[in-house]
Amino acid sequence: MSRHLTVHRIGPGATVQDQGRPGYLANGLSRGGAVDALALYEGAALLGQDPTAAVLEMPGTGGTFEASEDMRVALTGAPMRASIDDTPLVWNASHLLPKGARLMIGAAEIGNYGYLHLGGGLQPDMRLGARSAHLAGGIGGVVQPGTQIPVGSDAARHQVGNCINVTPRFGGGMLRIVPCAQTALFDQAQIARFLSAEFRRDMRGNRMGVRLLCDGKGYHSDAGLSVLSEVIVPGDIQVTGDGTPFVLLSECQTTGGYPRIGAVLPADLPIVAQARPGAVFRFCMLSLAEAVDVERQDRARRLGLASKMRPLIRNPHDIPDLLSFQLISGATTGSDLDG
Amino acid sequence: MAMSQSWPRITTLGVDGFLVSFGEQLSEPANRAALAFRNALEHENWDGVEETTTSLVSTYLRFDPVWRSHAELCSALQALVKQQDWFAAKLPGGRRLWHVPTVFGTPLAPQFEEAAAMAGMTGDAAIASISQTRLRVQTIGFAPGQPYLGALPDAWDIPRQTGLTGKVPAGALTVAIRQLVLFSVTAPTGWRHIGQTGLRLFRPDAEQPFVLRAGDEVLFVPTTVESFANMRDDPSGGAKSEAIR
Repeated sequence: MSRHLTVHRIGPGATVQDQGRPGYLANGLSRGGAVDALALYEGAALLGQDPTAAVLEMPGTGGTFEASEDMRVALTGAPMRASIDDTPLVWNASHLLPKGARLMIGAAEIGNYGYLHLGGGLQPDMRLGARSAHLAGGIGGVVQPGTQIPVGSDAARHQVGNCINVTPRFGGGMLRIVPCAQTALFDQAQIARFLSAEFRRDMRGNRMGVRLLCDGKGYHSDAGLSVLSEVIVPGDIQVTGDGTPFVLLSECQTTGGYPRIGAVLPADLPIVAQARPGAVFRFCMLSLAEAVDVERQDRARRLGLASKMRPLIRNPHDIPDLLSFQLISGATTGSDLDG
Repeated sequence: MAMSQSWPRITTLGVDGFLVSFGEQLSEPANRAALAFRNALEHENWDGVEETTTSLVSTYLRFDPVWRSHAELCSALQALVKQQDWFAAKLPGGRRLWHVPTVFGTPLAPQFEEAAAMAGMTGDAAIASISQTRLRVQTIGFAPGQPYLGALPDAWDIPRQTGLTGKVPAGALTVAIRQLVLFSVTAPTGWRHIGQTGLRLFRPDAEQPFVLRAGDEVLFVPTTVESFANMRDDPSGGAKSEAIR
């Protein structure tokens, strides 16, 4: 195999992800793709490439990786302890991974899902128009130790050493929702109580969705459990039989039989995915017009990430081989070494 | 955002979807209306619409709300809804009738006797009742390529089990509430496992990854354990299709 990434060690549940497979709802296959879709845009901005490039999604912890030739990497999503041959790496930044060096990514410090992006993107075979694994749908699988994942050719080989400020999304918080087809199945008192309550993220959660715990009594629709199965989409808040809400994420099923009290805006789904068990959520209801405005601004923000990029400022004390750097020629400007 | 109190009813789903529903309960006319309306939407091919599908009694469309406003699309949907009586619409063309060899009962489908008894039938009568009913794929959902089929005669209005069967294999034919589900994956289920087929409904690496489409019709043809075993290497499990004219 030519250009590839060797996976020496990998945490449980890591998968190759991209923007998923839209267009197969009628076939019972949900879109899937990265649960923190914003991380795809951050990595793409750092590497100056298209956000459709496939990446490695690492739930909870990373692994040990080696490149078959010099490659660019970027690290986004839940910050994890990372190093290349024992030199610590800044998260939310791009770095050079030299051929043969060991990239080690440890446990997440906050949040759940960390992302490893490669210059040129990961390129396992396309299946139904995408490279991502869809575990619930039986497409692809979790990445195993010893795997070699093909990596695409990289147009911008030299652009590394940049970082980006990211939207904080690792500790729960306010989730914006809109009413949906089934909100009216809940009476006004239930909805008012829902919008004034605090919820904690349950232990149960994965790429399909996240269960929330509520204090006191749960929520019940007038229709009870006799609702006919209906189309469900990521963001929908299903209220299950015991009255607890369940927020659906990218790999959810395509139909569901529980009533839905509302839908979380796509812009806030990364907050749901990245919250750890115990994180506190609240909900606020927007009008559809307000939600479309949020979506418009969120798109603009994602596409404008590249302009927010800046060079990493490195502390000379952290550079073990300082003497090997060319500090005088054009390769390094003095300002890189400030502070 | 309910825009009309009678059926069909147009509501929103998420920030980027509309649902056109044709009833509160599953019925043949509502299911047919949803399939016909989706077919009409696909032909309309409106700017900004990214995907359509159907559930049992609704048509769903996903669109780009930044490109096309909710108000614009809602009035276009209202106009299309008014264009004809969708409950009297014909089913779309291009549908197929599938003949699917099925082993009823035996250790391959251990809940057949129990389900037949609940329907008040002998084993032979139950096989005749199911295999002679031409069933419609009412919708595809839950798992890739997995059909909900109906409707069986009234006697089959039997509830789901209160507990779950740990797992049924792909190709399992299961029954509850006058419907059949033919499993595309190995999964736990509350439906009773009454038949086994060798039809692989989802083949991610094939040129045609999905076998059945909503609106197709299916006959489950009784077969023996021996002939079932002989079809083991065929991903279609001996299933054949013909165009419905």
